[in-house]
Amino acid sequence: MKSSYRYILPEVQALLSSRDLFLKAKGEPTRLTYGEALLELGGKNPDVVSLDADVSKPMKTFLFAAKFPERSFNFGIAEQNMMAAAAGMATTGLIPFANTYAVFASMRALDQVRNSIHYPHLNVKIAASHSGITPGPDGVTHQAQEDLSIMRALAGSTVIAPADPTSTKMAVFAAAEYKGPVYLSFTRDPVPVLYDERFPFKIGKAVLVREGSDAAIIANRDMVVQALIAAELLSKKGIEARVIDCHTVKPLDESMVLRAARDTGAIVTAENNIIFGGLGSAVAELLVEKYPAPMKRVGVGNTFAESGPYLEVIDKFGLTARHIVKAVAGVLKRKPPRSAKSPVEPKANARAELRKSKTQAHAGRKH
Amino acid sequence: MTQGPMSIDDLKRMAGTIRCDIIEMTCTAAAGHPGGSLSATDIVTALYFRVMRIDPANPQWPDRDRFILSKGHACPAWYSALAERGYFDKKHLSTLRKLGSMLQGHPDMHKCPGIDMSVGSLGQGISAGLGMALAGKLKKQDYHVWVVVGDGECQEGSVWEAAMAAPKWKLDNFTVIVDRNHLQNDFCVEDVMPVEPLADKWRAFGWHVDAINGHNMEQIVAALEAASKRKGVPTAIVAETIKGKGVSFMENAADWHGKAPCASEADQALCEIRRCICEI
Repeated sequence: MKSSYRYILPEVQALLSSRDLFLKAKGEPTRLTYGEALLELGGKNPDVVSLDADVSKPMKTFLFAAKFPERSFNFGIAEQNMMAAAAGMATTGLIPFANTYAVFASMRALDQVRNSIHYPHLNVKIAASHSGITPGPDGVTHQAQEDLSIMRALAGSTVIAPADPTSTKMAVFAAAEYKGPVYLSFTRDPVPVLYDERFPFKIGKAVLVREGSDAAIIANRDMVVQALIAAELLSKKGIEARVIDCHTVKPLDESMVLRAARDTGAIVTAENNIIFGGLGSAVAELLVEKYPAPMKRVGVGNTFAESGPYLEVIDKFGLTARHIVKAVAGVLKRKPPRSAKSPVEPKANARAELRKSKTQAHAGRKH
Repeated sequence: MTQGPMSIDDLKRMAGTIRCDIIEMTCTAAAGHPGGSLSATDIVTALYFRVMRIDPANPQWPDRDRFILSKGHACPAWYSALAERGYFDKKHLSTLRKLGSMLQGHPDMHKCPGIDMSVGSLGQGISAGLGMALAGKLKKQDYHVWVVVGDGECQEGSVWEAAMAAPKWKLDNFTVIVDRNHLQNDFCVEDVMPVEPLADKWRAFGWHVDAINGHNMEQIVAALEAASKRKGVPTAIVAETIKGKGVSFMENAADWHGKAPCASEADQALCEIRRCICEI
C-alpha cells in the first residue's frame, strides 16, 4: 500500500522493508545539513551571524566562517559566554545562530539560555548537534538525551527536531524567519533523506507522512524513519499505522495529535530522548486533558546509555522499529473495541466518537 | 529632557540624590540590595550624567551607548539614575519590587525604559555586553558598551570567558568597571573566594587596566573618558569602593548586601547623605 505515503521519496519507500535502508538510502548527519543551510541562509540574510564554540568542523559552520568571516565568531570552548553574547547581539537586530553540541547548549549554558535568551525572548537561534543519543560512539557525556525535555520546560521556547536533511534545511530557514528564540536539534550520525522538496515544513505544524487508521505513531528527529520502518512491519501483520512527523516538540500541533487520537484510538510516541518531559510527555499531557486514549511512549528509559555504533546503541536502549512495533501491539490490546462494521469512522462523526469514547472511558473505570 | 555633561560638583550632588533614592526605594520596598547599590552609585552617575552618549527621549536609539549593570541586584542605583536622567517619572521608584511594577527585583529590559539587557544571574551581563560590542563593530556603529561587574561576581567562571574573548576581537568599544567593594552576600570576598590579584588578572587576559578610587568623581570621569577614546584594546577599570558608601552603619557591612533599612534607619541614612551633599 505504497500510496499511503506522503512526501516520502519513492526510493526510500522501496527500502523501508529492507534491512539495508541505512546502507542504501542517501543520507547524512543533519548537523552537516545545518552547516550547509546556514551558509546558504547567510547569503540571503545579511543579519544572520554565526557563533561557534570550537565545533565549527563537526557542524560544518566553518563554511559560513570562510565565506562571511566578518559575521562569524568563534568563542572557543566557552558556551556560556557564547550564549549570553548571542543575546547581546540579538538586542541590536542581528540574528545570531549559536552552534554547539546539545549537552552544552541545553545544560552547561542553560542559565544563559534561560535568563539571557528566553526571559527577554531575544531572537537567538540555538543550533544543537549531537541531540538525543544520536552520538552513539561518543558515550554518555555527549549524548544529550534530555535536551528536548529541558528546552521544552522554558517559557516561550520553540523546540524543533527535524527528521531528515530535507526538513532540516527547511527548519533552519523557518527559524530565521521566526521572531524569538528557537532551539534546533540535529543528529550526530547519518539519517536517510526521507522527504522530497514538497515537504510542508512549518514551525508548530506536524506532518502526516503515512496514512493509517489502526494506530498512530507520533515521532520526531531520527525516530521518524524508525516509525516508518515499524509501520511497514505492522502492515505485514495487517495493521495500518499512521505516522506523524512531529518535528516541533513545542509548540505541539494539538489538532494533529487530537485528530490522530480520534481517528485511530491508539497512540505511540517515538523519540530519541528520555521519556520524561519530551514529545511523549507533551502528547500525553494533551491527551489526558482533552481526549484520553490508550498510549505508549517509546524513548530512553530511566537510564543513561553507553558507547557503541549509533544503530546498535539505539536498538539496545529501546529506540528502533521493533520496539515501536511492540509498543503499537501493546496499545492495540488496550484500544476500546469499535463497532465491528465500521472500524474507521468518518471524521464528520468525530464529535459522536468523542462522546462514545467518553462513555467507554467511564465504563472502563467501573472495572 | 536634554542635558549637557555635568560638572564634577554637580555629579557629586547627583550621586547624593541617587543615594537618597536608593535608601527610599529599598525602605519602601522593604527589600533589595542597598550595599552594592551605594558602592556603584558614583560610577553609574558619572556614566549617565557625563560620559555616555544617550538620549533619554529615545531609549532605543540604535547608536546610543549601552550600559549593563551585570551585578543586577544593585539595580536601585540604575533605576534611580534612569529616573533622574528622565527615562521615566520618578514616581515609579516607589514601586520597586511591587507586583505589576516596571522596576523588577532584577532588571527587565522589556518592562523598564533605558534597561539595555535583562540581568540578575551573575556573570551574564558582561557576555551580553561583549555581544553588543561585537555587533557595534560589525555594523560599524561607534557606540560604546559599559558594563559594571561586582568583585564577588568575578568568581563566576563565565566572567573570565568574556574576559578572554574581548581582547581577541580588540573590542576598544567595550569597558568593564569592577565595583571592588570587597564584600559579597556571605562574607568578605577574600574569605569566601579570593579574587586577587584582580588588576593583574584582567591585564593578563589582554585588557588595558586602570585602578581608581571608585568614589573619587574626578578619577572616575578621567578613567571613563580615557576608556572611551582608547584604541585597540578593551578597558577594565578596577574601582576601589566601599559597600554601603555614604551611610555610616551600612559601610563595609556584609549584612547590608541584601537587607532593606527600616523607617528610622532610612531617616538616619538620608540625614547623613544630605549632609554630605550640602558639604560639596
